Amino acid sequence: METGYRQFWEGYVLIENTKCACGHNNPVGTILCEYCGKPLDEAIKNSEQTIENEMRYEGKARRSQTYTTSLFDKTWAFFSSVKVAIVLIVITLIASGIGTIFPQETFVPSSNPEGYYEDEYGLLGKWFYLIGFSDMYNSWWYILLLSMIGVSLVVCSLDRVIPLYKALNNQKVIKNTEFIKRQRISHVEKIVETEKEHKRTALIESLQQKRYNVSVEDDAILAEKGRISRWGPYINHIGLILFLFGVFLRFVPGWYLSETMWLQEEEVKKIPELPYYVKNERSLVEMYEPHELPPGSENQTNFVKEYQTDVTLYQKDDTTGKLTELKKGQILINHPFEYEDLLLYQSDLKAGQLSGLELAVIDKENEQEVGSFSVDLYDIKANQVYHANGLNVKVKSYFPDFELQGNQPITKSQKPNRPAFVIEVTDPKTKRQEVSWVISGMDFENPQDNQYNIQLKDFKLVNTAGLIVRVDRSLSVMLVGGIVSMIGLVMGFYWQHRRVWVRVTNNQIVIGGHTNKNWYSLRRDIQSVAETAGLKIKLVKE
Amino acid sequence: MVQLMEYMLLATFFLYLIAAVAFVMGTRGSKEDDKTERMQKWQKIGVGITIAGALLHLGFIILRVLIGGHFPTSNMFEFTAFLCFASVIAFIVIYFLYRSAVLGAFVMPIVVVLLGYAAAFPRDIQPLIPALKSHWLYIHVTTAALGQGAFMVAFVAGFIYLIQRFGQNAKGKQAFWLETIMVLIVMFIGFSGVSLLFEATGYQSVYKHEVDGQLTEQEYELPPIVAPNGGIPEEITPFWGLKEALFEAPAWMIGQKAALTLNSVIWAIITGAILYVMLRLLIRKRMTQLVHPMTKKIDLELLDEITYRAIAIGFPLFTLGALIFAMIWAHEAWGRFWGWDPKETWALITWLFYSAYLHLRLSRGWIGTKSAWLAVGGFVIILINLIVVNLIIAGLHSYA
Repeated sequence: METGYRQFWEGYVLIENTKCACGHNNPVGTILCEYCGKPLDEAIKNSEQTIENEMRYEGKARRSQTYTTSLFDKTWAFFSSVKVAIVLIVITLIASGIGTIFPQETFVPSSNPEGYYEDEYGLLGKWFYLIGFSDMYNSWWYILLLSMIGVSLVVCSLDRVIPLYKALNNQKVIKNTEFIKRQRISHVEKIVETEKEHKRTALIESLQQKRYNVSVEDDAILAEKGRISRWGPYINHIGLILFLFGVFLRFVPGWYLSETMWLQEEEVKKIPELPYYVKNERSLVEMYEPHELPPGSENQTNFVKEYQTDVTLYQKDDTTGKLTELKKGQILINHPFEYEDLLLYQSDLKAGQLSGLELAVIDKENEQEVGSFSVDLYDIKANQVYHANGLNVKVKSYFPDFELQGNQPITKSQKPNRPAFVIEVTDPKTKRQEVSWVISGMDFENPQDNQYNIQLKDFKLVNTAGLIVRVDRSLSVMLVGGIVSMIGLVMGFYWQHRRVWVRVTNNQIVIGGHTNKNWYSLRRDIQSVAETAGLKIKLVKE
Repeated sequence: MVQLMEYMLLATFFLYLIAAVAFVMGTRGSKEDDKTERMQKWQKIGVGITIAGALLHLGFIILRVLIGGHFPTSNMFEFTAFLCFASVIAFIVIYFLYRSAVLGAFVMPIVVVLLGYAAAFPRDIQPLIPALKSHWLYIHVTTAALGQGAFMVAFVAGFIYLIQRFGQNAKGKQAFWLETIMVLIVMFIGFSGVSLLFEATGYQSVYKHEVDGQLTEQEYELPPIVAPNGGIPEEITPFWGLKEALFEAPAWMIGQKAALTLNSVIWAIITGAILYVMLRLLIRKRMTQLVHPMTKKIDLELLDEITYRAIAIGFPLFTLGALIFAMIWAHEAWGRFWGWDPKETWALITWLFYSAYLHLRLSRGWIGTKSAWLAVGGFVIILINLIVVNLIIAGLHSYA
């Protein structure tokens, strides 16, 4: 394991290594000597510029730059490129933006999206649908983009963090003066030998006072603080990878479930895909009382305060078929019902739907009520018989959503929007039978010789809750990913890795500084440190 | 109480305005010798008044919580006003890191414009709809707004950078786009001005139109130039002989208040254009040329760093507020942590954009002009999310 790892990172052979003037052997691709920091790359050696860009990964050789022959190396090099990562990010960004021009299919109130987009949004809408932008975020290429970003996150991070970690862990205090002078912030000043000790101590003390970790070796000083800032991006990336991993865990069977169901008050239904049953105890809509409204909107009406559904969760015993109660609870918006992994949300609430009728049987002769019976509009069996004070009332036909088509009675749906019945009343004593129509909202002329009239006495309204059934087992993975990512971001952005290198020789002082961000603050640090040593330095404008 | 709250908002507005003037004074030193002392005096006054304004703004928020019973981030006015507050807080933090008066001379006027824009929306306290009844309303929105406030400061620093480099030019692509941003800012001023003017006169017109099969009233607080699609005039107050809207909004604008928004945009363009032409006649040069001298005294490299630092401060806050907290709340409220609602998607786009910015800067060495333009572009995306997505594209977030 260990040797395999070393081979992977260090290279198969070390023939072509780059030897520095200081005597250190560097791997191929090294830009700044690992040991003394002296520039090795010819182009950088000969230019006058600072080595700010090369300092990003401490001038270390990265795997992607060292190995470029095999297919794996090439793929690795491709995904290790930040340029590629940025291109992926920008493509995702632009695509996501285009996807919001028109609503996505999931938000469209139509079961025929193809026609819908063309009808609503014209030619542009048609193409939006044809290209597949109308269901973009579930498309294979969008998921591929996200996966590629994921791969890029892993490869980019590994390619950089390992050499960076090694470099920062094995830092040498004594750096080549060339390395120090070529930093973005640097200063060289002639001194006389008698001042040497005094200035050196002053520098060390004031650096320590500024909470730098100071190491001293021979004539060199290395002051460093905030190194954790360098790990921030990688920790953030680990968090993001975890998060994406959590998203992909959804595809594991049983880890993710999303179903919807309608549940009337008093109704017990099986939860789709799960061994549970749920009963709607009651659903209600609460409005704001006038006195609860804030000043300025008292005169406005109909502000909904809360939607609430009380439910009981049951489990069915396989052998006896009996339901045993597991948990009672309420669902409010923002407060789902929870039982182990199962979450029940209320996504809709239909209030005041007709669910039952109480019908009275009236004797036509004396206009007296003979009796009455209740009908559950959702539960009428074929030829069901009700009893009204000794009379047998049989429902011969039931039309929940009555309409006349031509001369034929039909039902438009199974919802009791306009219930109608063909009812047969039988008097068991006289054996007399008569048939009559009962149509809600209509005074239907029944045969003259009928003895009874059937009239609406009362009705029952019921509320129906639209529930979302959700199981999402990878939520905790994603949450951990989010937390890790935040820790990384805070480390990376609210800390700064600052380093100051100093060489105090008999006739000169060389100071150089590097930071991964906030150069202005580092300038101020070095300025004030140098001033305590009496150096004539001007890094910050007043 | 409600009256007091309105006065507090007004006072906050004027304090921000005075602070803006003080900061502008702090950038003008005519004589070399007494320049620094005089400038520092103005700078101190500026930051003092800014802090006073922020405290008063905080007082306004607290009073509104007491009156309304919930944190004021539940509609367009409340959110935009809070975004101003967040921008001021971010500016104060950045100010104490870098002590730059020039930054204040640009941030504070833009805050004033943004607060004016906020005030152009209905300011009544509305009772909370059930979907917003959650602690996450203020945890999620305030954190996201603080991040956006920092991005706003980054935008301004980038803008100053560009003006210093290119603002004196009367020609060139860079100068042209800078002037375009100036024109956009003037349009915001025009819109806020004209809205507040009509509000003072109590102007109102009503159109009725169908939304999801229900006849809904649309109350115009600016004279209707554009009517809702299929709208029926209900009660029109004539303005300058304009007795009816000139045309209808196209059908594809599906936001519930699409026509109102389009109407506002048209008013903003008209008033902005008039204001801009008047200004140009008055100053006889480009606006960027007018403000260019103010930017001379600040180091370009420092501006570049402020831009980056502000984004570095804002990015974790934005990630936490606009993505992580948002997902937690979405999970609680809607049963899914992410649903590709337009507002969510645009928050992701904003985040991806700033991620690209950070990678370009840190790994590809994009500093200076490129970095400054990206900071400007990022804030444009935030404004798109605030204005266009909220009002034109319908979604779960369009409460305003």
